[in-house]
Amino acid sequence: MSVAIKVTVNGQTHEHEVEPRQMLVSYLREELGLTGTHVGCDTSNCGACTAIVDGQAVKVCTMLAAQADGAEITTIEGLAANGTLHPLQEAFRETHGLQCGFCTPGMIMAAWQLLERNATPSDAEVRHALEGNFCRCTGYDNIIKAVQHAAESA
Amino acid sequence: MIPVAFDYHRPASVDEAIELLSDDAKLLAGGHSLLPAMKLRLSSPGALIDIGRIAELNYIREDGGTIAIGATTTHQQIASSDLVSANASALAQAASVIGDPQVRNKGTIGGSLAHADPAADYPAAILALGAEIVVRGSDGGRSIPADEFFIDLFLTALAPDEIITEVRVPAADKSAYVKFPHPASRFAVVGCAAASAGGAVKVAFTGVANAAFRDSGVEAALSGGLSEEGIAAAAARAADGQEVLADHFAGEEYRRHLAKVFARKALATIA
Ligand SMILES: Cc1cc2nc3c(=O)[nH]c(=O)nc-3n(C[C@H](O)[C@H](O)[C@H](O)COP(=O)(O)OP(=O)(O)OC[C@H]3O[C@@H](n4cnc5c(N)ncnc54)[C@H](O)[C@@H]3O)c2cc1C
Ligand code: FES
Ligand code: FES
Repeated sequence: MSVAIKVTVNGQTHEHEVEPRQMLVSYLREELGLTGTHVGCDTSNCGACTAIVDGQAVKVCTMLAAQADGAEITTIEGLAANGTLHPLQEAFRETHGLQCGFCTPGMIMAAWQLLERNATPSDAEVRHALEGNFCRCTGYDNIIKAVQHAAESA
Repeated sequence: MIPVAFDYHRPASVDEAIELLSDDAKLLAGGHSLLPAMKLRLSSPGALIDIGRIAELNYIREDGGTIAIGATTTHQQIASSDLVSANASALAQAASVIGDPQVRNKGTIGGSLAHADPAADYPAAILALGAEIVVRGSDGGRSIPADEFFIDLFLTALAPDEIITEVRVPAADKSAYVKFPHPASRFAVVGCAAASAGGAVKVAFTGVANAAFRDSGVEAALSGGLSEEGIAAAAARAADGQEVLADHFAGEEYRRHLAKVFARKALATIA
């Protein structure tokens, strides 16, 4: 069986036939070539695969591409506008919020959701909002700083 | 990790979904319990019936002193609902500490209740608040009191051909949910909900036993009211006579201790 889906990713519309068991993360990476959305654990724990689906941050290793039919999706590739980094991207660079960078796309998408819901979070609120995202490098402090930097510069 | 191949249906209504149900088909709501299990091939249904976008299942409304919540309402929607916070704060508090923001954006109350994980957060709140679970099947509908819903590990009173459509939560005067989260998974090692309505207090636990349960011993010991001494004496009886879970993270003794501590915390919050 295959399912016809139509999705808008970073403003561009795509139509494909997908196998029901194809996860959205593999559709984004393998069909659309958008490899900025990473696969860390593949078990819904690490948050590396976080993308924005209809305004909600979702771990897309745990969502079927078929479930996304009709959805508007933003991945890390869609955040910068006209060659200018998004304030969150700029802030991660500015405050050294990454080392290897593997977790960074997911961190930024989860932080995007936080700032959209709460423009002036406390440090504790930032930590709570990033509970679903693991970083194995930074020790998190610079990530918190980056999110606060972005909140201040917005 | 890739699940075993399956067919995918996205019915437009509850009636259509019920028609599609069969021994080999499973409902898909938020997918945040089912899809991980399918990826690990612990579960391999032949078909999924995606009810995640059936509009008639997604709502929170007041209905004569009761808060009615549609089955596919997400944890995030419940955690951020003023109506739920004002009338059933234990439920809003439980929703707000499930997993992480991404999980709360996708996971649904109907899916969590049907899945009946022994460490899930909602069941304690549902029991303490005296909620009813409204279900519909090929033979019509019924309403299951929370006290009769949770039976055993991953086992509920739901029949295989039934769909949860709504959760009905009577407004409480005061209620609270507190939990000791597993440091990695965020599931409840022990979670306790307490609710008072019309002078009666109900106390329920999740994470402690195979299924969430009302603690009648604690409730009976509270007949003297919610004074500090009364709460301490009642909380000391938490999980008495109950078979208690033990795993490599928390042994039986430790879980019993946590049950007492979290009973006291929950009761102190509503005192
Ligand atoms: C990383 C992670 C952390 C988590 N942490 C927690 C936590 O701390 N606390 C907690 O309580 N939970 C936790 N969960 C589980 C989460 O809350 C799930 O969302 C929930 O258990 C299932 O809801 P769902 O909508 O995703 O259901 P699904 O996965 O879609 O379905 C689960 C089961 O319920 C059935 N079902 C779904 N909807 C209905 C319905 N309306 N009627 C009848 N049957 C139905 C399905 O057929 C399936 O068998 C976590 C999950 C993940 C991935
Ligand atoms: S890859 Fe999706 S949560 Fe880790
Ligand atoms: S920067 Fe390496 S995992 Fe976060």
